[in-house]
Amino acid sequence: MQEHLLSIVLFTPLAGLLVLLFIPGTQKNLIRWWANLSAAAGFLVSLPLLFSFDRAKDGYQFVERFDWIPSLGVQYLVGIDGISLLMVLLTTVMGMLAIFSSWQSIDTRVKEYYAMFLLQQVGMIGVFISLDFLLFYIFWELVLVPMYFIIGVWGGPRKLYAAIKFFLYTLVGGVLMLLGILTLYFQYHQQFGRYTFEITELMKLHLPLGLQQWVFWSFFIGFAIKVPMFPFHTWLPDAHTEAPTAGSVILAAVLLKMGTYGFIRFSLPLLPNASADRTIVTVLVVLSLVGILYGALVSLMQQDWKKLVAYSSVSHLGFCTLGIFSLNQAGLSGSVIQQINHGISTGMLFLIVGVIYERRHTREIKEYGGLAHVMPNYAIVFAIAMLSSAGLPLLNGFVGEFTILQGAFDANKTWAAFAVLGVIFGAAYLLWLYQRTMLGDVTNEKNKGLPDLNWREWAVFLPLIAWAIAIGIYPKPYFDILEKPVQAIVLRVHQAQNASVAPAGGTATRAALEVSR
Amino acid sequence: MSAFYTATDHFVLLPAILLALFGCATLLFDFWVFPDPKQRRWLLLFLVIGEAFTAVAFWRQQAFLGSHGGDLSAFHGALVIDKYALFFHWIFLITTVIVGLISYRYFEVREEHHGEYYGLLMLAQCGMYFLASGTELVSIFVGLETMAISFYILVGFLRADQRSNEAALKYLLLGAFSSGFLAYGFSLLYGLAGSTRLRDIMAAVSGRDPWDPILFLALVTTTVGLLFKISAAPFHMWAPDAYEGAPTVVTAYLAVGSKAASFALLIRLFAGALGPVREAWLPLIIGASVLSMTIGNLAAVTQTNTKRLLAYSSINHAGYILLGLVAGNSTGLQGMLVYIMVYAFMNLGAFLVITALNRKGIAGEDINDLRGLMQKAPGHAIWMLIFLVSLAGIPPTAGFFGKYYIFRALVETGHYTLAAIAAIYVAVAAYYYFRLVKAMFIEKEDTETPPLEVSLGTRLALGITGAATLAIGIFPEPFLRLAQMSVSR
Repeated sequence: MQEHLLSIVLFTPLAGLLVLLFIPGTQKNLIRWWANLSAAAGFLVSLPLLFSFDRAKDGYQFVERFDWIPSLGVQYLVGIDGISLLMVLLTTVMGMLAIFSSWQSIDTRVKEYYAMFLLQQVGMIGVFISLDFLLFYIFWELVLVPMYFIIGVWGGPRKLYAAIKFFLYTLVGGVLMLLGILTLYFQYHQQFGRYTFEITELMKLHLPLGLQQWVFWSFFIGFAIKVPMFPFHTWLPDAHTEAPTAGSVILAAVLLKMGTYGFIRFSLPLLPNASADRTIVTVLVVLSLVGILYGALVSLMQQDWKKLVAYSSVSHLGFCTLGIFSLNQAGLSGSVIQQINHGISTGMLFLIVGVIYERRHTREIKEYGGLAHVMPNYAIVFAIAMLSSAGLPLLNGFVGEFTILQGAFDANKTWAAFAVLGVIFGAAYLLWLYQRTMLGDVTNEKNKGLPDLNWREWAVFLPLIAWAIAIGIYPKPYFDILEKPVQAIVLRVHQAQNASVAPAGGTATRAALEVSR
Repeated sequence: MSAFYTATDHFVLLPAILLALFGCATLLFDFWVFPDPKQRRWLLLFLVIGEAFTAVAFWRQQAFLGSHGGDLSAFHGALVIDKYALFFHWIFLITTVIVGLISYRYFEVREEHHGEYYGLLMLAQCGMYFLASGTELVSIFVGLETMAISFYILVGFLRADQRSNEAALKYLLLGAFSSGFLAYGFSLLYGLAGSTRLRDIMAAVSGRDPWDPILFLALVTTTVGLLFKISAAPFHMWAPDAYEGAPTVVTAYLAVGSKAASFALLIRLFAGALGPVREAWLPLIIGASVLSMTIGNLAAVTQTNTKRLLAYSSINHAGYILLGLVAGNSTGLQGMLVYIMVYAFMNLGAFLVITALNRKGIAGEDINDLRGLMQKAPGHAIWMLIFLVSLAGIPPTAGFFGKYYIFRALVETGHYTLAAIAAIYVAVAAYYYFRLVKAMFIEKEDTETPPLEVSLGTRLALGITGAATLAIGIFPEPFLRLAQMSVSR
């Protein structure tokens, strides 16, 4: 069992999907039950990963290896370290809750809907556990088609535009990334005389800085579009706004993390010289900072509740990439924790929009006001989600943002200064949103007599609130899990930096010093 | 067996003889045995039996090569059976059988079910045999014409349909024109080498300056002729019209069979005999490849007729396959073979679903005819989705591995710019393939139309092509190994 644990986690949703296909489409409730059971089973089988995970161990755990396409050197090679462990758990939890939250809101083409969700779970888990680059790429692309359908079939008025935009953007990034992957693959063959996509093997490559930079940019396009970093973010507001609630939740909570995860798992360890290259770090950090500020400022302007949350993602993901390219322990582990936090809090914010949208069928902020009088419980949940997203101490958001800022401050004080501005703007647009929708008097007649949260909605929110508070109060276990893998990555970037003859840039040296301290 | 016709000659030629015999016999049987149009379905059985015999002949050749190794040359080096040729022969055979399986219902609905159709399919395949196995210019040219003439008739097979006639005429004129080019190039090559055998030509050209004017003229005319046949830009103009006007089943055969056969010849010629003067023809191939991807993709975006859209997409695919030749290393050649195999299955599959939409009074050729297919025939819609995703080159379907090899070969040979262009066009192509997906899954039917009537043959063919598209995507190893063996010399 233990040695096939990851495969079980990966294929449980697929097994659920295969059975689902045999349930007749008219049996809507049976389909709902089955999909929820499959998702819950998917979550349950992922729990042993957490319990059996040895946080003191270096390298990957639960590794499974099987020669899949020997003539190309492609293996079915899966395994996790602390970073992927957290990502897998985030995926199974959010997947389960997203599927559960769709019980009432999805009433057309139910079977196809759940089938797409389960397929997407497989793709996302696969992305986070693959240790073979081509396998990773295949899962990466596998996610596209289900999301296209989730947005395109069950989405809002401009769903067709949003769906194809999401699809094409990510596809073009993916294919350009494939060229980078193939370059590494070919170089490995040049140097070692055999073909492999195994990432620990590819890490043995000695590549000149120039080539590393090219490959870095090719990965960058793939990952930056997915994150999305400014200026590749334009697909995100459309996709998020038009997707059905559960689709937005998964998109924000898990799908975007595939990009940041890609940077951490592939760009940094495989291309350490390029990742610490002064120009590249500057460009990436500037783009992150622009993303943080731009996302926050645009959020301030939004009239549409959901679009506001969507743009806030651009801002929050900017923090994550800033943390990664601070290239130190604090920045990187803060970034991973912030990714989890963003999954929880933005996931909640999208669910909150979904709750009110189901009742009123509008997302215009000015349609609301004073909802706290009508739906007190809803207002409390919203307050927690909002404060967690804004980074209030004792809630999860604070832990991530603070650690990232600490890392950025160590790397470069100017960066930290700009990022802090982002935190302030973040609090501003969230509080203002809360004020406009929840506080004051009920001005709109239609809002009177709206029902408060029902038990299903509570069941979705409670675990997320609990998780948010748990991280906020006691984040140590997360840092413990992340310590080893993050250390290894930082060390690798640092060593490559020292080994290279090229004079190290100021930022990178400081980042390197951070490790030795 | 005399010195003119040895046992080896017979062994090598047997599949072609069988195809010609069964093809001609079908023409006769049509008159003698099945005067009633309703009974003509039995002729399909005739085709299947003929193909079964041919398959046995190929199988024996395969077994012989397996136990003896090397290749088997016949008629003083005019024909050859090697793994490369057999790879294509199997593709032609499967393609012909699948096209036969989906045809009877199509022609019955159109009330144009004539027996000679099956005969012509086999005669066309007989021509293809010489394209893949020919190692001598005259045999190749005769094979090419046998195939082409069968296709001229097949394209105009809907006698009462004006578009079909128009398509046949256009195809005939431009096809004859391109054959002229090719014949001109062949004659120049003969003049240079003093022999029509490819190995003599290879020896003759390898000693020459690649930029020798006569040689260059020969290369240009040969290339132009072949680019016509594979419908690569800028010689693609016939394809959209011919594809649109031809009966859909013939379009499928044209898009897969004819293209694969022409590629079989193109690869043997350019990677083999003309390999030594690569630097002279390479710019032509690069230009044709980039133009094909550009024109194919950009023109496909605005099409409203599914067959026309797939015609432009096939021009685009020709561009991708040519990139393997541009790379020119063993990965590139292997990639071309994998791509052609994959293309055969996924493209046949896509045409097959379009064919299934053809009902009484509904042509089923407009994109809007696909609307609401998910509600109407979920099985067909899901298979079509798999074919389209594969055509777009997205894993885990077969199409991805075609693209994978091409990209890898380009990266290995340092053609980074070409690789980036090809990568970006993947997204453009995905856009128009997903227009079809959108119609099938998201949009709703405008007016109520009768349900699909799906014949047993179509179901069978759909199963074969769909299973192959998925199998190559998920367990590609045996298929890739097959392609690898077929190019290793």
